[in-house]
Amino acid sequence: MSMKPELMKRMVKGPDGVEFEVEPLRDYYCEAPPTVMPAAYSKIVEDLFNWARSESIWILGFGTGCGAIEMRPLMTPRFDAYRYGIQWRPTPRQANLFVISGYLSTKTLKRAIRSYEQMQNPKYVIGLGSCTINGGMYWDSYNTIKRLDDYLPVDLYITGCMPRPEALLAGFQDMKKLIRAGKGEGANQYAENFAWYKANQKRVIHDWDMPDYNW
Amino acid sequence: MPFDWMKIPYTLLTLFIVINYGFLLNALIQKIGARVGRRHGIPIWQNYIDLIKNYGLRSSISHGVMFYLGPVFRLSGGVGLLIFVPTIYASDMFSNLSFAGDLILALYFVFFGTLGMALGAGESGHPHAAIGITRGLSQMTAAELPFGLAVFSVALQYQTLSITAIVAAQQGGILNWTLFTNPLAVTAAMLGFLGSMMRPPFDVVIAPQEIPIGPPTEYHSSYLAMMQTNRAIFPVAKIVIYMNLFFGGASDWPTFALKVFLIYLWSAFVGVVFPRFRVEQSIRWFLIWAVPLGVLSILVV
Repeated sequence: MSMKPELMKRMVKGPDGVEFEVEPLRDYYCEAPPTVMPAAYSKIVEDLFNWARSESIWILGFGTGCGAIEMRPLMTPRFDAYRYGIQWRPTPRQANLFVISGYLSTKTLKRAIRSYEQMQNPKYVIGLGSCTINGGMYWDSYNTIKRLDDYLPVDLYITGCMPRPEALLAGFQDMKKLIRAGKGEGANQYAENFAWYKANQKRVIHDWDMPDYNW
Repeated sequence: MPFDWMKIPYTLLTLFIVINYGFLLNALIQKIGARVGRRHGIPIWQNYIDLIKNYGLRSSISHGVMFYLGPVFRLSGGVGLLIFVPTIYASDMFSNLSFAGDLILALYFVFFGTLGMALGAGESGHPHAAIGITRGLSQMTAAELPFGLAVFSVALQYQTLSITAIVAAQQGGILNWTLFTNPLAVTAAMLGFLGSMMRPPFDVVIAPQEIPIGPPTEYHSSYLAMMQTNRAIFPVAKIVIYMNLFFGGASDWPTFALKVFLIYLWSAFVGVVFPRFRVEQSIRWFLIWAVPLGVLSILVV
């Protein structure tokens, strides 16, 4: 496992001449593994929250593959996903839904994992297109993953190559039903099976130069 | 003067009305923007749902004390702006906690939230937040200049720093409004207004397509929900000041709703017509077009 030089522990001399130690992985990241977050104590409150979560889906604006091109029309007058309470957020901190749009190369998988881990619980993953289910047309490619479910907890798949924007809209409606029924617990599933997910991720990402959990 | 304790629940009632009006107004303006682009736009109650959702998130991360205080400062900037300014003129219930020198305090509160955000976003340690707040503060300063000049001009014109007195001087017909008695100051202030409403062409600071998404990059869950609450209060509070200073104030809630909507619509109107400025372009624009008008208005007075 090779570590980038800028991530190594080292001594740094500040502009005022004071020397101090920098350990990027420990200083810039939190190493605490994810924990299972319980639902709200009262069922009525949790139901209210689930309703709000389903009606206010913020998608992380991160197109991981060619399927990203099917998400853009959703913002345009023809499909206008905003009227369903769906918005795109540019930062993982504020997003709730991660759409893995199409094939995921191992290089992008690394970024996808980091983005997913920076999202806040509860968070949902939708696999878009057949590539996320079984590799699709990349089934024998050396540098794409075949089953997204091995690496991130997927709540819903939208099949097709490519699925039309209408299919995405229908998928989002199904996602809403799942969330409202309290079945969107992917974040907790990820925390429970953390070791298994990490082992799978590390099996395909050979240059693992980040902490095991990015907050 | 003895303090009238009954003012506190009345002020809270004003706050409650303004929060709800602000949420609906924000959504309405967004809908109008969407309709211009031939879209349906968000449902009118969407902002409430987003708020519940954000409060309902299970996890949140802190980056330190200032990170907590940033949204708190921001919210108190909006609330402070609102409660120290008379919302409804000549109303015992909704004059809030206004006092003789409230104009100066209001000017301070306009800036307060942004400064709080600067500290909070700075502590988040995210480079996008730091660069975003730098750009935001530079643009905000440039936009505040014409507004500040216009305020001085109005204060000179009426020889008072009390917003209530300024509104009182404008009563008795539409021609008594500052809009007609001091058009230069109003023009300068309305140009500055565009810059502080975070709508195009001056929304490069928080635009998702630019350095994403500026100051609130690291803010999420309850922090973000507090800032959303402020986004409902602050524009309305700011417009209340404009309404009081330049457009004759409001003597009842329907007039208030109409005037605030129309002033807000001005920024939305400009926003859908003109494309986005970069920060240095917008600063140059304010300094060239708005500030001289403000200086001129003071000279004329």
